[in-house]
Amino acid sequence: MAVALILLLVAIGSVLFHLYSPWWWTPIATNWAYIDHTINITFWITGFVFVAVIAFMAYCVFRFHHKEGRRADYNPENKKLEWWLSVGTGVGVAAMLAPGLVVWHQFVTVPADATEVEVMGQQWQWSFRLPGKDGRLGTSDVRNIASDNPMGLNRDDPHAQDDVVIENGDLHLQMGKPVKVLLRSVDVLHDFYVPEFRAKMDMVPGMVTYFWITPIRTGTFDVLCAELCGAAHYQMRAKVIVDEEREYHAWLEQQKTFAELSPARAVVKATYQSGGK
Amino acid sequence: MVDIPYDGIAGIPPAEVPEVELYHPRSWWTRYVFSQDAKVIAIQYSLTASAIGLVALVLSWLMRLQLGFPGTFSFIDANQYLQFITMHGMIMVIYLLTALFLGGFGNYLIPLMVGARDMVFPYVNMLSYWVYLLAVLVLASTFFVPGGPTGAGWTLYPPQAILSGTPGQDWGIILMMSSLILFIIGFTMGGLNYVVTVLQARTRGMTLMRLPLTVWGIFTATVMALLAFPALFVASVMLLLDRLLGTSFFMPSLVEMGQLSKYGGGSPLLFQHLFWFFGHPEVYIVALPAFGIVSDLISTHARKNIFGYRMMVWAIVGIGALSFVVWAHHMYVSGMFPQFGYFFATTTLIIAIPTAIKVYNWVLTLWRGDIHLRVPMLFALGFIITFVNGGLTGLFLGNVVVDVPLSDTMFVVAHFHMVMGVAPIMVVLGAIYHWYPKVTGRMLNDLLGKFHFWVTFLGAYLIFFPMHYLGLLGVPRRYFELGDTSFIPSSAHSLNAFISVVALTVGFSQMVFLFNLAWSLFKGEASGGNPWRATTLEWQTPETPPGHGNWGKELPVVYRWAYDYSVPGAAEDFIPQNQPPRATQLVQGAAS
Repeated sequence: MAVALILLLVAIGSVLFHLYSPWWWTPIATNWAYIDHTINITFWITGFVFVAVIAFMAYCVFRFHHKEGRRADYNPENKKLEWWLSVGTGVGVAAMLAPGLVVWHQFVTVPADATEVEVMGQQWQWSFRLPGKDGRLGTSDVRNIASDNPMGLNRDDPHAQDDVVIENGDLHLQMGKPVKVLLRSVDVLHDFYVPEFRAKMDMVPGMVTYFWITPIRTGTFDVLCAELCGAAHYQMRAKVIVDEEREYHAWLEQQKTFAELSPARAVVKATYQSGGK
Repeated sequence: MVDIPYDGIAGIPPAEVPEVELYHPRSWWTRYVFSQDAKVIAIQYSLTASAIGLVALVLSWLMRLQLGFPGTFSFIDANQYLQFITMHGMIMVIYLLTALFLGGFGNYLIPLMVGARDMVFPYVNMLSYWVYLLAVLVLASTFFVPGGPTGAGWTLYPPQAILSGTPGQDWGIILMMSSLILFIIGFTMGGLNYVVTVLQARTRGMTLMRLPLTVWGIFTATVMALLAFPALFVASVMLLLDRLLGTSFFMPSLVEMGQLSKYGGGSPLLFQHLFWFFGHPEVYIVALPAFGIVSDLISTHARKNIFGYRMMVWAIVGIGALSFVVWAHHMYVSGMFPQFGYFFATTTLIIAIPTAIKVYNWVLTLWRGDIHLRVPMLFALGFIITFVNGGLTGLFLGNVVVDVPLSDTMFVVAHFHMVMGVAPIMVVLGAIYHWYPKVTGRMLNDLLGKFHFWVTFLGAYLIFFPMHYLGLLGVPRRYFELGDTSFIPSSAHSLNAFISVVALTVGFSQMVFLFNLAWSLFKGEASGGNPWRATTLEWQTPETPPGHGNWGKELPVVYRWAYDYSVPGAAEDFIPQNQPPRATQLVQGAAS
C-alpha cells in the first residue's frame, strides 16, 4: 500500500536525518551544557511521539483503506482511552518542562562573583566596555553620546573614568570566570549572539538587559546580531576571544581607558552641552 | 463507551419557516460585485486572498534565490531582501490565511452548515469584503511608492520599524499600518457576523453540540480574533502616531544616524507585548479553522464518526482560551522581566495537552475506518504529519530555556512554517478539493490533484524539515547573506541551495493546481449535490451550487449530530443531519 509506506518513510527518514545529518549544534564554549541536555531530552520525547503517531496513522491507512464491502466501526467516544492519552501527554510535557524551568532558574540567577562587561549595540557595530581598576562600570546616557564619547559615558562619574572602552575591536573574556554581560543599545533592538555560548538576549534602547556565562574553553568566536536591526543587520559582526588568565591580562593591559581616550577639552564641551549635568 | 444520542428530538414538528427578507440581486452588479450573498462574498474573499497570496509566493521565490545562491542575483539587494521577507510574512499570515479561513471558508460554510439562509447582517458582510479589498490594495500599493514597502520584518518592531536605517521608512511603514487598521475594521464587521450567525441563526435542531467541527473551529477562531485584533489595532495606531506626529509611545531616547532623536520616554517592549497579545492568538486563529475543517475531512473520507467529538469541541475552546495567556513566549529573549519565563513556559506547554488530544482523535478516527484515499483525505494526512512535526518543535521553543539558543534562528522559521504555514495550507488545499464540487457543481481532476498533493506535501516537508537543523547549528534568520562565518560549514550552504531548488519546484507545482481549478470549472465531471456522501447540511441543499437563500422554501431541520457515518444497521454508510429518525428506522427496517 504505497501511501502508507510513504507516510512511514517520512517518519523513518526524519529520524535517520536526525541521526546522520552533518548539521548539529556548535561545540559548546560555556557552562550552558544544561541547555543542550534539555534540548536532548526534548528531542527524545518528541521524537518518540512523532514516530508513534505517524506509524499508527500509516498502519491505519494500510489496514483500513477502502475495499469493496468494508464498513467502518461506529464508536463515538472512549472516555477511558482519552483520559489515559491526556494523562500520558501531561507526563511527557512535565518531563520536558521541569528540567527546563530548573535550568531557567540557573539562567536568570547570576552568581555573586560574576564580573561585569558591557556590550553596546548600534547600527551596525558592537562596542564593549570593561570596568577599570575600581571594578565598577560608570553610568551612561544616550544623551552624552558624541564623536569623542561614542558610548555616552557620564564624564562626571568617577567610576566611568577608568572604564576600558573598546571601539571597533574584539572582546576578550577570561576562561573559567563567570561574567555578567550587560547589554545596551543606543538606537534599535539588537541581540548579542554567539552560537557557541548558547545564551543570548535582546538589547533594547532605554533598558539594560543581561545574561551570564562562564567560558569553559578558549577560542575565537563570531558575534552576530540576532534581532533584525535594519539594512545592514547581516553585517553587524565582531569577535569574542576567550583567553587563559595570563593572555587575558596581557590583552587588558593594552586597552585604553575612557579618560585616556577623551581629551580634557571634550569634558568641558560636553558639560556645557548637557547643561552642566 | 458512551453513545451520543442522535435521535433526541424525534417529536419535532415539520419546519414551516417563511423565507426571510433577503436582498435578492436585481442586476449583474448586485449579483456578482456588490452582492450581499455570503457565498459570493466568500468567493470574493477567497479570490482576493489567493491573488495577494500569489504575490507572497513570488516573494518567497526571490528570498530563496538569494538564500540558496547568495551573490548570484544582482537584482536583489539587502534592502529588498528585508522588504521581501516582511511582505511575505505579513501577507501570508494576515491577508491570506486569516482572510481565507474566516472570510472565505467562514462565509461560505457557516450559513450552510448551521442551516441559515445567509449571514445575519448581509450588508455589513458585504462592506467587510470591500474594506478588506481596500486594505489589500493599500498594502499592494507599497510596492510602488518611493522607498518601497517596509522592511521591518512582519513583526514591525519599533524603534527600528520607523527609523531611517530600515527600508520603507518613509511611505512603506505608514501604508502598512494604515492597511492593518483597515483590515481590522473590515474583519470586525465580518467577524461579528460570523459569531452572531452561529449563535442566533442556527436552524431548528442544530444545537451547539451538533455543530460540525468546522463551524466550531471557525467560530472559536472568530471570537478570538475579535478579542485579539484590537491589540494590534491600538499598536498600529500608536506606531503610526510615533512615526507621523513624533509621539513616543514605543520610542525611548535614542540615536538615529548619529544624531540624538527627538523621541524619549517610550517603551519598545510595550509594542512587543501588544503585538504578541494579538500575534499568538493569531496563530490559533489560523490553526483552529484548520483543526475543524480537517476533522470533517477525515471523518467524511474515513466514513467514520470523528472520535471523541465532545473532547474535540472542548479542546478547541480550551486552546482558544489558553492561547491568550501564552503570548510572551515570543519574547523570552526580548529583555522582558525574566521571571515571566516560568509562567509563560508553563502555560505554553500546557496548551500542548489539548492540542495533542486533537491529534490523537484524528488518528483514532482512522482506526477501523473505511479510508477512501481521495485527494482531500491525502491532504488531511499531510496535515497531520506536518502539524505533528511543527507542534512538537513548538515544545522546544515554548520551553523557555530551550528557546534561548534557538530563538531568532532558522529553527524558528522552520517551526512556524511547518505548523502555521504548511499545515494550514494542507487543510486549505484539501478543503478546496472537498468543497469545490459544492461551489461549482463540478469535480476537480483527480489525477492532477494527486500529483499536486504529492509534490506539495513531500516538497514542503523537504524544505522545512532540514531547515530546523540549520537553526540548531546557529544560522540566524532574516540574514541577507551569511558571509564569512566560521561556525557555518560549506555543507550548510549546499543545504540552503537544495532547499531553494525544492521551494521553487513546489511553488511552480501550484500552477498545476490553478490550472485544475480553471479547467474543471468548465470541463470537470458533474458532481451532483453530495459527491462524498457526507452528512453535514451544506451537502443537502436543494440546488448545487446553492442559490441565494440556500434552502428553497423550507429551512432544514436537524435531527442528529454531524457524524453519523457507518451507523450499525443503517442501509447507507452515512445519515444526513436533516434525516428524521423515523426515516432511518424505515431504512433500517428495510435493511433487516
